[in-house]
Amino acid sequence: MEVPILKQGDFLIATLQAALSDEDLTNLRDALVDRVGKARSRGVIVDVTALDVMDSFAARTLRALAHMVKLRGAETVIVGIQPEVAFSMVQLGLTLEEVKTALDLEEGLSLLGLTTKGAGSGGRGRRSHTI
Amino acid sequence: MEDGVVVPIRSDRDIIIARHEGRRIAAEIGFSGSDLTLIATAISELARNILKFAAIGEIVVTAVQNTPRRGISIAAKDEGPGIADIPLAMKDGYSTSFGLGLGLPGTKRIMDEFNIKSGVGQGTIVIVKKWLPLQ
Repeated sequence: MEVPILKQGDFLIATLQAALSDEDLTNLRDALVDRVGKARSRGVIVDVTALDVMDSFAARTLRALAHMVKLRGAETVIVGIQPEVAFSMVQLGLTLEEVKTALDLEEGLSLLGLTTKGAGSGGRGRRSHTI
Repeated sequence: MEDGVVVPIRSDRDIIIARHEGRRIAAEIGFSGSDLTLIATAISELARNILKFAAIGEIVVTAVQNTPRRGISIAAKDEGPGIADIPLAMKDGYSTSFGLGLGLPGTKRIMDEFNIKSGVGQGTIVIVKKWLPLQ
């Protein structure tokens, strides 16, 4: 199941589904790192609201994604970690250190807007399309 | 102990199936909220270990009763190379593969009971349990 990537202004948005396989996640990581260049994006939002489990592999892959995107000159924000998932991650000992997080998509966009100095602010919901 | 639901683990997609089955059975037993997530996460880590170290194996999810307590048992079995040094594998931060080294100790932390049986060339069986709080 391929994760669709939306372009909104200077940002890319990927929304994960619940039943995401390891391969889907690593494919998404590679696709985002690639498209940050093609779309000349300043920021990436990965929405994990639908994710019911964040295990060690998912956390490691998201950390790698954020790091790779950073090396390509863009910022990543993980949004939508559910309370139960956050609880479980802490119990398991998983961290997303050095990765920015926000409550939801709206907060994530606003955080990216500030971090990337307003490069992609405005146009919310108007210029969405798949690339 | 009742008969459990057996989920063969052969690919990363099977991890999702095992997680789904575990969550379904846990909900039937009466678990809710963050317990369901903890149980699904434990299954994910155990299934991942099978793939990583043995390539194939199975996850068996069973409703268990230790009167008056009800709970869930998850057994992860494989006939892989086995673990030479179990205390070392249980140490936080120790990993033989490209992992975080949190798989086994992390799983132990999020469940109520944890048992492991393994030996070089003898495969590995990990059985974890979580009990429902008494009403």
